[in-house]
Amino acid sequence: MATATRYMGRPLKRKEDPRLIQGLSHYVDDLRLPDMHYVVFVRSPHAHARIRSMDTSRAQTAPGVLAVLTGQDLGNAVGVIPCAAQLPEMKLALRPPLATERVLFVGEPVALVVAVDRYAARDAAELVEVEYEPLTPIVDPEKALARGAPVLHPQYSDNVAYRWELEGGDVGAAFQKADKVVRQKMVNQRLIPVALEPRAVVANYKPGENKLTVWSTTQIPHLLRTQIAAALGVPEYIVHVIAPEVGGGFGSKLNVYAEEVLVAHLAMRLGKPVKWTESRRENFQATIHGRDQIATMELAVKRDGTLLGLRCHILADLGAYYQLLTPLIPTLTGLMICGCYKIPAVRVEITGAFTNKMATDAYRGAGRPEATYFIERAIDMVAAELKKDPAEIRRKNFPKPKEFPYATPTGLIYDSANYPKSLDMALKKSGYRRLRAQQAKLRRQGRYLGIGLSTYVEICAMGPSSAMPAGGWESATVRIEPTGKVNILTGASPHGQGQETSFAQIAADLLGLEPDDIHVVHGDTAIVPYGIGTFGSRATAVGGTAVYTALVKIRDKLATIAGHILQEDPQRLVFRDKKIFLKSNPAKSVAFAEAVGAAYIAKALPAGMEPGLEATHFFEPSNFTFPFGAHVAVVEVDPETGEVHLQRYVAVDDCGNVINPLLVDGQVHGGIVQALGQAFLEEAVYDENGQLITGELTDYAIPRAWDVPRLETARTVTPSPVNPLGVKGVGEAGTIGATPALVNAVVDALAPFGVRHLDMPTKRERIWQLIRKFKPTGSRPATKRVGDGRGRRGRRKR
Amino acid sequence: MIPAAFEYHAPKSLEEALRLLSRHGNEAKILAGGHSLLPLMKLRLAAPRCVIDIGRIQALRYIREENGRIAIGALTTHTEVLESPLLRAKCPLLPQTAWEIGDVQVRNRGTVGWSLAHADPAADYPAAVLALDAELVAASVHGTRTLRAMEFFVDMLTAALLPGEILTEVRVPILPPRTGTAYRKLHQPASGYALVGAAACLTLGPGGIVERVAVGLTGVGPKAYRAVAVEKALAGKKASEKLLTGAARHAVPEHVEPLSDLQASAEYRTAMAVVFVRRALESALARAQGKPR
Repeated sequence: MATATRYMGRPLKRKEDPRLIQGLSHYVDDLRLPDMHYVVFVRSPHAHARIRSMDTSRAQTAPGVLAVLTGQDLGNAVGVIPCAAQLPEMKLALRPPLATERVLFVGEPVALVVAVDRYAARDAAELVEVEYEPLTPIVDPEKALARGAPVLHPQYSDNVAYRWELEGGDVGAAFQKADKVVRQKMVNQRLIPVALEPRAVVANYKPGENKLTVWSTTQIPHLLRTQIAAALGVPEYIVHVIAPEVGGGFGSKLNVYAEEVLVAHLAMRLGKPVKWTESRRENFQATIHGRDQIATMELAVKRDGTLLGLRCHILADLGAYYQLLTPLIPTLTGLMICGCYKIPAVRVEITGAFTNKMATDAYRGAGRPEATYFIERAIDMVAAELKKDPAEIRRKNFPKPKEFPYATPTGLIYDSANYPKSLDMALKKSGYRRLRAQQAKLRRQGRYLGIGLSTYVEICAMGPSSAMPAGGWESATVRIEPTGKVNILTGASPHGQGQETSFAQIAADLLGLEPDDIHVVHGDTAIVPYGIGTFGSRATAVGGTAVYTALVKIRDKLATIAGHILQEDPQRLVFRDKKIFLKSNPAKSVAFAEAVGAAYIAKALPAGMEPGLEATHFFEPSNFTFPFGAHVAVVEVDPETGEVHLQRYVAVDDCGNVINPLLVDGQVHGGIVQALGQAFLEEAVYDENGQLITGELTDYAIPRAWDVPRLETARTVTPSPVNPLGVKGVGEAGTIGATPALVNAVVDALAPFGVRHLDMPTKRERIWQLIRKFKPTGSRPATKRVGDGRGRRGRRKR
Repeated sequence: MIPAAFEYHAPKSLEEALRLLSRHGNEAKILAGGHSLLPLMKLRLAAPRCVIDIGRIQALRYIREENGRIAIGALTTHTEVLESPLLRAKCPLLPQTAWEIGDVQVRNRGTVGWSLAHADPAADYPAAVLALDAELVAASVHGTRTLRAMEFFVDMLTAALLPGEILTEVRVPILPPRTGTAYRKLHQPASGYALVGAAACLTLGPGGIVERVAVGLTGVGPKAYRAVAVEKALAGKKASEKLLTGAARHAVPEHVEPLSDLQASAEYRTAMAVVFVRRALESALARAQGKPR
């Protein structure tokens, strides 16, 4: 059987787009059920306090109020919020759904109000009286670990959540042999995911049928279903979870939240449909945060730039409680710390710290952006220290293409790569040499161009179940209807990634149909077989492979049926143009729909064949995949104001085979822009009292369209041997590869001012100070005025 | 948005609005474009008992030439200011300023008059109306009065409107020949407001002498102000790069206490005020000289 690649590899527009663009799609908050009631949570204004008393009597009697509940009222009706991560000697920090004795972060819910509408609920929530006894907030993770620091969880003696170590090769010898050791402490700051759609949950319980339906903004409907059943102590079969249109997640909806479990409980407890929609302020305070690691990197190098060893200590600020994967994320940083370099000896130590903040967890890249940032910054420092070109230091230390699969000293097997090829392409596409010449020329004129490189590798297609906290396979069912139309039921849960289109492309090619003949169904636990969900750039590499394999099964069956009808060897048949025909004689054919019909009419099937046309596959990957790439950022720093203007961005990415280049570009673009957010703008700031002072979009800066130049993207294609599609995944590549390229560019621009490192976000005022305070040993660099201050909106000229 | 309950009025005429305002007094808040009031009500930092939505008073939406000046109805949107051929030709500083406000959505809803009336220390228009020596017209049930921009901004979030008054019109001059204007701004990266915003209006006389110059600054202190010392350092002198650079050093007088917050310290704001005043002056001068900028 032959497969034509008519649709795979083509930039098809998304099937999802018309409904999204026209506002015809339905999100959780769009759902209106008769007699719907609304939930508002009363949240702690304190970062750390003892709850002395709660009085809900005034709220109970407020107009329109159906129920007011505290943690005490709940008793044991709702279990703790689950954490799937297991690390050796990890201290447990499981969160009660409503705080009862103490609150440990601003925004932690202490009570809830259910009323006939949102207004009545919100008004009544203000009448809940809580008396707090403030305790000393623990905000700074370094101070949290200091001797004598107040302890967050009183059952433990300190604020260390866990310590995790990894060592490969002879690290001591590597550092002894080194000509130079480059050291730097770097902060990978706390970020807020800011999905366009905040979280929302609706739950409805039908007592007669004993059915609980929960609509939630989730990336993991099946896992959520299991956890709701566990938390409520009900059989899983009564719970039905639906993830309708989900407006972005970036990992923040890869979780099981208190609000989800509580709203489900309320529907059963009160016998009314209930809805909760998060406000943006709640989203900032009580949806997971990302990153927040402080690393001390040490690289041992030879004079010629050869890397000998790496030591890294990471202090990870985990927040107050664990969410689903909290403790696990920093360990991904540890595993990926070598980047795309041959470093024979590595030692990583991670300390997780409890602080009075919201939990950190998986945010786009989840541990890999941190690893890539740390190693890519350190590599640039090596280049600066040895006065070598950063491109050459990188090239010198790449494993060669023939060395793949390549085993890292951290215990991973990189599947396939050609690092020099992507670097060469990025250098050529950016005109790297010309850029360096231009930089030198402009510096003489008092203008500061910065060129930043990043060559990254990341880990995707999560993952083999042996390496995952709760299964890493994915499911797919292909169900062909008697009329010949195809349903693909996927356990992945796309929320913007476009798999309704890319999976249809795979199916169209395998079955010789058009993408419009294919309907992709996801996000409904009553329809789709148990699946793991969408995260870790896994949906295509793992979920798509499950789809592919199920399609192969069904194609084999159809070929057998067609062979039976045509009296030909099924192996010699081709699926194309809605027909199944003999490769050597296309005239000898049967219509696709006729073969399908035969499976259902079942009067003339080959002997012993089951009727019907449905195939399911649970795909277990044998390894992760390791996409890679090379990025070049060009910035100009305004020495008068410290403003950074991104002038060009060149991204060469390799995510293996590409199903839909438009989707890949979209992921790369979005990822780069989100990386720009971390590099230049974003920072979740808690003050010394543990108040989140970047609590709204007026204070927390996310990138805008005018911050972004035209992105120049290109690809190399190194198929993955791990799955039959040869795909690797691309959902997080941008945030992983771009952040260090952008910061490297800024530091490069500031090199004439003696700047060696600058923590993110690279704020204007900080840059301005560095320039102002620079005391040159030779002649002071010129700081000629750059422009007329059109600044960041220069591109918006009318 | 889940605000506290409030009484809502949507008068169709100014007279009706003034009557409502006089009846409800301090318990009423005026709603125009909504960009300042609604976020406060959303967070319940403001919970007015009564909201008077003047957004439907079409009679307060115009830009016209009148008695040698340009009169702009208070409810004219930023987009209308930006796109007005009359303003672009005869008083381009206002469109130049409107261009730097928010984004398309904000400019389509926000209004020139009520942005001014809110007296936000980081709003953009205050710098421009100060540099233009604009007049602001306030109406109440007792009649109307005209205020100069210089006396309009009283303190942080406080304009010189009396209880019962509604700002109805902004009047700006038709600029003479050989005049250049510019608004230069350092954006607060999250909100887009001005960390520092400098508006300059400069008229050249014979021999390249600065005949008249006015500079308005916003974002720096608790209220927008005229940089009088900068103006004094320029007036009557021959314009040059050196002159402008020297004059700009006086951007923050001693009586202004610069704001300090998460986005910019007082020290940085002060330094940026100097930079952006100079840049605004440079652009204004170039335009006065007929050079494209």
